[in-house]
Amino acid sequence: MAEEVKLFRTWSSRYSLRIVWALKLKGIEYETIFEDLTNKSPSLLQYNPIHGKVPVLVHDGKPVCESLVILEYVDDTWKHNPLLPQDPYEKSMARFWANFGDDKLMKSIWQLFIAHEKDQDVAAVAALENLKIVEEQLKGKKFFHGETIGYLDLAFGWIANLVSIIEEIMSLKLVDGERFPHLSSWIQNFMDAPVIRDCWPPRDKMIIKYQVGREKHLAAATPK
Amino acid sequence: MAGDKVVVLGTYVSMFSMRAQVALNEKGIEYEKKEEDLANKSPLFLEMNPVHKKIPVLIHNGKPVCESLIIVQYIDEVWHDKNPLLPSDPYQRAQARFWADFVDKKVYDCGRRIWATKGEEKEAAKKEFIGIMKTLEGELGNKPYFGGEDFGYVDVALIPFYCWFHAYENFGNFKTETECPKLVEWAKRCMQRESVSKSLADPHKIYEFVVSLKKKLGIE
Repeated sequence: MAEEVKLFRTWSSRYSLRIVWALKLKGIEYETIFEDLTNKSPSLLQYNPIHGKVPVLVHDGKPVCESLVILEYVDDTWKHNPLLPQDPYEKSMARFWANFGDDKLMKSIWQLFIAHEKDQDVAAVAALENLKIVEEQLKGKKFFHGETIGYLDLAFGWIANLVSIIEEIMSLKLVDGERFPHLSSWIQNFMDAPVIRDCWPPRDKMIIKYQVGREKHLAAATPK
Repeated sequence: MAGDKVVVLGTYVSMFSMRAQVALNEKGIEYEKKEEDLANKSPLFLEMNPVHKKIPVLIHNGKPVCESLIIVQYIDEVWHDKNPLLPSDPYQRAQARFWADFVDKKVYDCGRRIWATKGEEKEAAKKEFIGIMKTLEGELGNKPYFGGEDFGYVDVALIPFYCWFHAYENFGNFKTETECPKLVEWAKRCMQRESVSKSLADPHKIYEFVVSLKKKLGIE
């Protein structure tokens, strides 16, 4: 079956990386279209008129948007190497934690990242609390999915890369081996996994991008 | 499945609780609804949703499922042999998930701003709300339901907001029926289903709830 699979992404988008990994895990051939979000292509706007964001997966001309929706679509369409658990309860747990990662954890880490010095302590408490909750989920497991990488590992994948970038820029340690032994192991295992490790965006470019982004936020926000 | 014990922890006014109830009703599942007092959370509630401390929570044979759309998907997967809510085709499924996610991202926050703000902010929220409804109306098109011929996942995600329209309209001074007649037609069609009419709150009670909530929060 000659299929046409395209992925609209940016070089740095952590949401797009989820799909890159998923397609690799399933061994799906696809074409990458890199977008400049300051100058969106007509194709992107045509395929994602509602949000105009990446990633967008286009399968035989039909677009799927929103990274977690795309992950489930990839899993539903190419059934080998399943990413989600089969059991409905386990599945609902995976979805719950993916949402937690995006809604609570990412937001709290971002809040810390853009906090002024005097607000950093409070922001750190929230971020650490959320990281602790995630740490609990890894007890007794190599990956969130179990012995192999699955949906929730891909959903949390951004932690493996972004946290160390933020730590470097802010000169602080968020995920240390003592407080977060399971999460630290997971980060190592995930970073080194063959399918995952070749896909990371260039670290030096990421550092610059995030540093610039942080400075912009700090300059724009009026300290109380 | 005989011997299933199903409990929904929710509140009368929450459109998110209503989603779980509509889904269970569609499947003909017997369940117990427990009204939670969010100002005085029960030990059961805190045990079942320690992470977010939010309703609804579905408790199925003692195991909790949280987040309303996750609950609806869970219900659809467990009781998959009756009235499927999500389509079987992966692409149609992805579209349904996208639009339910759209409802989640947009409707609640915007609706809230209509009654919780005033002046320019309120006007902007009202315009945005109408825009969101128009987008949804566009997606509905000429179909009887968002699910097509059959009531489905996106219908479940959106219909509970219908009982809040009266409150939004009163505070925002507009009529959804004027702006989006096809969408209101869809809502009335959904209300013909017992699964829906049994689950949605009385719009006047919602309005009274918002009035008293505004007083409590000190919002004019």
